[in-house]
Amino acid sequence: MSAVGRGTRVQAGFCTLVFVFLIAPILVIVPLSFNAEPYFTFTEGMLRLDPEAWSLRWYREVAGSEDWKRGLANSALVGICATAIATVLGTLAAIGLSNPAMPARRFVTGLLISPMVTPVIITAAGMYFFYTAAGLSRTHLGLILAHAVLGMPFVIITVTAALTGYDRNLTRAASGLGAGPVHGFLRVQLPLIAPGVMSGALFAFATSFDEVVVVLFMGGPAQKTVPREMWSGIREQISPAILAVATFLILLAGLLLLTVAWLRRRSVQASRGWRGGESRG
Amino acid sequence: MPGSRMTGPIASALLVVASFAAVVALLARCAGLNDRGPWVATITYGGAYGRAVEEAVLVPFAGQTGLRVEVDGFGGGLAQIRAQVDAGRVFWDVVDVETAEAVRGCEEGLFEWVAIADMLPAPDGTSAADDFKVEQQTQCAIPGVSFSTAVAYNEDLFPGEKPGTIHDFFDLEKFPGRRGMRRAPEANLEFAIMGDGVSRAEVYNVLGTEEGLQRAFDKLSSIKDHIVWWEAGAQPPQMLADREVAMSTAYNGRIFNAQVLENQPFSIVWDGQIVDQAQMAIVAGTPRLDAARRLLRFFTSTEAQAGIAGRIAYGPARLSSDALVSTHLATGVEMAPHLPTYPANLEKALQTDARWWSARRDDLHERFSTWLIR
Amino acid sequence: MTARWRAAALVLPLLIYTVVTFLVPLTTMLVRSFYDPVVAEVLPGVLAALDDWNGSGDPPEPAWEAAATDLRAAAEAGTVGRVASRVGRVDPDLRTVLPGTAFALAEGGLRPARGQTWHDVMVSVDSAWASPDTWRGIKEGGRRFTSRHYLNAVDLTRGPDGSVAARPEDRRIYLPLFWRTLQVSLAVTLLCLVLGYPVAHLIAHASPRKRGILLALVLVPFWTSLLARTTSWIVLLQNQGVINDLLVATGLVADDGRLALVYNMAGTLIAMAHVLLPFMVLSLYSVMNSISPQYMRAAASLGARPWHAFRKVYWPQSLPGVGAGCLMVFILAIGYYITPALVGGSSGQLISNMVAYHMQQSLNWGLAAALGVLMLGGVMLLYVLYDRLTGGRVGIR
Repeated sequence: MSAVGRGTRVQAGFCTLVFVFLIAPILVIVPLSFNAEPYFTFTEGMLRLDPEAWSLRWYREVAGSEDWKRGLANSALVGICATAIATVLGTLAAIGLSNPAMPARRFVTGLLISPMVTPVIITAAGMYFFYTAAGLSRTHLGLILAHAVLGMPFVIITVTAALTGYDRNLTRAASGLGAGPVHGFLRVQLPLIAPGVMSGALFAFATSFDEVVVVLFMGGPAQKTVPREMWSGIREQISPAILAVATFLILLAGLLLLTVAWLRRRSVQASRGWRGGESRG
Repeated sequence: MPGSRMTGPIASALLVVASFAAVVALLARCAGLNDRGPWVATITYGGAYGRAVEEAVLVPFAGQTGLRVEVDGFGGGLAQIRAQVDAGRVFWDVVDVETAEAVRGCEEGLFEWVAIADMLPAPDGTSAADDFKVEQQTQCAIPGVSFSTAVAYNEDLFPGEKPGTIHDFFDLEKFPGRRGMRRAPEANLEFAIMGDGVSRAEVYNVLGTEEGLQRAFDKLSSIKDHIVWWEAGAQPPQMLADREVAMSTAYNGRIFNAQVLENQPFSIVWDGQIVDQAQMAIVAGTPRLDAARRLLRFFTSTEAQAGIAGRIAYGPARLSSDALVSTHLATGVEMAPHLPTYPANLEKALQTDARWWSARRDDLHERFSTWLIR
Repeated sequence: MTARWRAAALVLPLLIYTVVTFLVPLTTMLVRSFYDPVVAEVLPGVLAALDDWNGSGDPPEPAWEAAATDLRAAAEAGTVGRVASRVGRVDPDLRTVLPGTAFALAEGGLRPARGQTWHDVMVSVDSAWASPDTWRGIKEGGRRFTSRHYLNAVDLTRGPDGSVAARPEDRRIYLPLFWRTLQVSLAVTLLCLVLGYPVAHLIAHASPRKRGILLALVLVPFWTSLLARTTSWIVLLQNQGVINDLLVATGLVADDGRLALVYNMAGTLIAMAHVLLPFMVLSLYSVMNSISPQYMRAAASLGARPWHAFRKVYWPQSLPGVGAGCLMVFILAIGYYITPALVGGSSGQLISNMVAYHMQQSLNWGLAAALGVLMLGGVMLLYVLYDRLTGGRVGIR
């Protein structure tokens, strides 16, 4: 066996362990969400598979609660809108920043990633004063604007990294062939940096989807989000209802991922000849 | 989509995000806020205490007065209250804060002044001043229900002799096993100095001296390697249930729930329990001051206090409430022996000295942190 | 339109957006780290009278009357507490002296009797007024612009004579916490890089179908609440937890020798690495995705050993991803504190905990802001260093 083969096998083994590490909490969260007791413990009854020890108690609690439903709707709305703002503005800025001609490049980049660096509780308090004066606190719009600026640095960083490998000659070539700047960007540059854009967008969404401090300051009862709901009551009891919500979200994501994969397979089959030229197999 | 060919799975993931949001938004109905009529806003910590307050206070209050009560979630701390006051836009009217927070917030001008004398008299006509069990700790807040931080243990881990005093918490030989403590100086210094043999009456005098403070830290150091530090009140019952610790300091209400609702084999060592009160305050500059005062009066009334104590094991603030507290509404368990203010429990209790703490709190927090990381 | 202007035009929308929604609000907080007008506004008379006082001996006579007037007004306006809490940070005794005197003056309506001066009245209310320390505390605490919070934030104090000295060893708190936060963040970053690099490589060069499944595994943590994950790590790692139970059941570990995996540094590192690993993997992946395998094949066909080929050809091309991932994980690790607080035991105390404490509990927003400024400054410094070291362009062309 060649050294390449051995190296690959070592890598595969190592990666398997890392994947186990990544999904280990899920292996706990899913079964415990069916726990009949309000503790995060595998009871003896659960291990014996005693039906008494398993229950849908926490799912019923979530399904019966207006707060949780509203939280899901708010989280989705705020997350999507904030991600859209962060991604569009962040991608444009990253393209500008990666241009060597950009004035004060280092300073501006530092400025733009500072939302990631400042302790959120300080940011949140400062935002409260400012957004309140503008009439934006306790509105969805205020929350969206705040989350967008917190998510934007991720887009800057990932898109800048993706652009480092981008050969500017391609843009020049495109314009030399008569493509306008917008056309050239959409057809040439964007497809090449798309993985960076999308990673950044995912990070921005995840940031908004798990953010609680700004929500505590800026949101009123009508803006409660899922994390807001999850952290309430932690002084007293962490309700396993959060595990039920987590399981529900994982399941939903899994289903959607499968659907997307199925749709893609269909579109691949439909355009097999056209996609034959893809260089990376 | 031109990009999808090149980016494959991440594009799918992003598509998932988008469709996910759409599905969720469809599943959940966005409930609009009812903005009609006069209202008053308050906060809740969520959990069992939040539910008890909602049922025993807020719902009946709304029913009696016709005022709409808007309830916002709260995680403790003063930063949001200060932001509202400083910004001149107050949304919360009546808040329920810890004693130390009430004192600090009062200094900072975050709360309106209130007085026990203005609260409702007892049903038999006894004046409020004579009916409250403890005095006001600050002119900014009315004491609410009493809760205690006490040592609790898992009976299964001590089949023989059971811990009975605060000394036993520090006795690793007689009662082996890890100990849970909150990662903060509050209560821990008092436990330590009582565990070192200082009588309850002398606790704050001794702690007020440099030697006394050193004694308390030394006592904590003697079990430091066996301490599991907790952060949220939810953690101690969980750690006791998991046998992660043999004994832990904990909030008594949460231990009661574990004992009574979930049949956990937990016991509370009432000796050396440290009693504190929820503090009810009105946020300074609220535009709904009259409504806020009405809610505050209702909150501290005999019936409301008894109603809370019938749902969670926190002692009512008023003497006249005691007669109204009989059994736990959900289980029928006799409440009185589970309350920190039950005479047999109270005689072993230490009342927190808010003034003592307010003068030293920051200093002791820094000192505690330094001790912790050494 | 020159290239310069075109680049600036692309950045401008975001720059304006960030300034309006973030930088301006943030600045209103950060100025508190060096500017606090409250004492100066409440006690204007005293501070004016103390202007020329050199800090030793009795303060000038006008100061006594001004103090009485200002304090009485403060008691009536309910602002004396705000002054006391601020001046109390300079001299803890003043936290009780000021309100005590103010209320005595306001309620008792005290005035100097015949033959008495305000000096006598003040000292009779509280003997602390006879000490120059009290007046020095007011003068120091009354400065509108102060470096006090920054000195505090790096464990320094200013003595009565104005000289700056280190705090006693057993009272230093912020520098050790900064140092620990830095160590934890670096360790987590390194851990994520070591775990994430091979995984990202595997994903980037897997077949499209396999790639989808593997990426889904990395993305799963993103769907899962931080609190749910943190809690489940406790269930897994604790002494009586799943992992220890498995180890005992398989005989790898004795029942009395269970491993301490949580409520210590190990727990902090495991839980934080888990939260931040997806950031590393996706950053690496989005760069590795565009590295053509043909380079490696070419190197191999030229006789390079796999390790050598990787080091010379693949690694340099993946560097932008490494840089982006490390930058992001490191910065995020510095700010994370709820997860370490729940699983870290005594090691879970990081600098952000203290920021939260001063924001929420002590209301010393000046100190919180100073700590925030230092964190911001420190990270920016590291960023500039990193940017300069890599010439602003990580990797090769």
